[in-house]
Amino acid sequence: MELIHLSASAIAAKVKAKEVSARAVTEAFLARIEAKDDAVGAFLTVMRKQALTQADAVDAKIAAGVDPGPLAGVPIALKDNLCTLGVETTCASKILKGFVPPYSATVVERLEAAGAIVIGKTNLDEFAMGSSTENSALKLTHNPWNLSKVPGGSSGGSAAAVAADFAPLSLGSDTGGSIRQPASFCGVVGVKPTYGRVSRYGLVAFASSLDQIGPFAKNIEDAALVMNVLSGHDPHDSTSIPRDVPDYTKALTGDIRGLRIGVPTEYFAAGIAPEIRILVQSAIGVLRGLGAEVAECSLPHTEYTLPAYYIVAPAEASSNLARYDGVRYGHRTQRATSHIDLFEKSREEGFGDEVKRRILIGTYALSAGYYDAFYLKAQQIRTLIQQDFENAFKSFDVLITPTAPTTAFGIGEKTDDPLAMKLSDICTLSANLAGIPALSQCCGFDTNQLPVGMQLLGPAFSEELLFKVAHAYEQATDWHTRRPVF
Amino acid sequence: MALTTEDVRKVGTLARLALADDEIATITPQLNDLLDQFARLQQLDTTGVLPTSHAVPVTALLRSDEITPSLSQADVLKLTSHTDEIMGGFIVPQVLGGD
Repeated sequence: MELIHLSASAIAAKVKAKEVSARAVTEAFLARIEAKDDAVGAFLTVMRKQALTQADAVDAKIAAGVDPGPLAGVPIALKDNLCTLGVETTCASKILKGFVPPYSATVVERLEAAGAIVIGKTNLDEFAMGSSTENSALKLTHNPWNLSKVPGGSSGGSAAAVAADFAPLSLGSDTGGSIRQPASFCGVVGVKPTYGRVSRYGLVAFASSLDQIGPFAKNIEDAALVMNVLSGHDPHDSTSIPRDVPDYTKALTGDIRGLRIGVPTEYFAAGIAPEIRILVQSAIGVLRGLGAEVAECSLPHTEYTLPAYYIVAPAEASSNLARYDGVRYGHRTQRATSHIDLFEKSREEGFGDEVKRRILIGTYALSAGYYDAFYLKAQQIRTLIQQDFENAFKSFDVLITPTAPTTAFGIGEKTDDPLAMKLSDICTLSANLAGIPALSQCCGFDTNQLPVGMQLLGPAFSEELLFKVAHAYEQATDWHTRRPVF
Repeated sequence: MALTTEDVRKVGTLARLALADDEIATITPQLNDLLDQFARLQQLDTTGVLPTSHAVPVTALLRSDEITPSLSQADVLKLTSHTDEIMGGFIVPQVLGGD
């Protein structure tokens, strides 16, 4: 098998066994990117020089008999909202074009310490706000399964990079589905960890109470392997949880006999494409065949998820994005005549339409006279959504839903209708509001040969269980072995 | 509850966004579409429900009071060209005085 088709765990094993050098692996992926990324547009920055330097350092460690780490020589792509020391970090926004961070995110440091090779920075919806990556101010990304379709978003570049064999792993961030929905659209595994499981230090903030960093991978074993590296407390992030990290790969036993799976009826209602309903139900049937017990359940406040999310997330964003004022970094207007003018014009010139819309709605929701009606109400509904999950997890170990209501839609199809675009995240928002872990894996293809994702949700810190179930499904099916041709 | 273009202009000022007239005309109905969604929340009685600000409660994770390394002033000043190296600060248009 060609190097670019290997899993992360297979690459690390071969590198450690000296069957292949980290440099050869890195060069193979760089060649693939060079040959094919013009068609996909996954990358904003390809870090050729730095990647080869990192690869040589891994090879030197191996030559010296030093353990290079669990991800030895494994290339990984990073969503361009993760700070990388000395490498431009744009959030796909004009306001941050040219910003070169003076530090790296904790996850980047952890990956490098584990022997991974950071190969480049990937495209996203500006400031991670969007569901198709079309809100990027810098580039258009195409879905490798059908280049006329979007890759999903906001981590569309990272999802497309793994689907297109540009890297066996990548990182994204998930505030309302921004890892899981593009994973579904691109037919790869995407994991949103429990809130606090992974440090957010160095992730450019969108909505701080919802954001989590997580991986994309080609299979569950690789997702578990990289989660071993990413997880754990970080003194730089006061919301990261001081709690032991298990070896997630040990959960991959294939045995799910007696496991209780809940199927929330609200997630199979109108609005979900019939083909998707059928494929997810069929996947649940596979799990039943492996010995799981399946029953329907209810998350009664599901209909309030979208409005609650679109108050909480923009409110937090309006506050977080106040820092982009043209003074200390990022775009500065040339037309300012006063300091207020400097703020207003730098922001007006630097932010795109969707970011402005969210700043405006968030500012409005937090403004005098509207706080109780919007923000407080949304936070109360957040409590009810959490309680729905707590009640469901009294009877079930995991819940399964579709990841997205449709497969990948056409480029340009929804750009004029921001609300229709937001409905694309209808199945994924609740996990962020509740803070629980969730993952998406491929469970089939629709009649247009586009991947369909199913979402697994579990109680806080149940990543092991999610990996166990998803791995069992993967062992019983072969969807994850399919590759796009483009 | 619908927003007018004047409301949007006012919120734009609060958010420090110098929105152009045609931009306001486009954005206003889009924001109203979203506000229509929010109206559904008002139908739900949430009397006595405590608000959730963070999904996973964490109580005062205090570190010991020790000085640890942080970014240097020089590194931070490199992030823009609008700096005064002698004073060690960022340059902005005049704030006080003038007209």
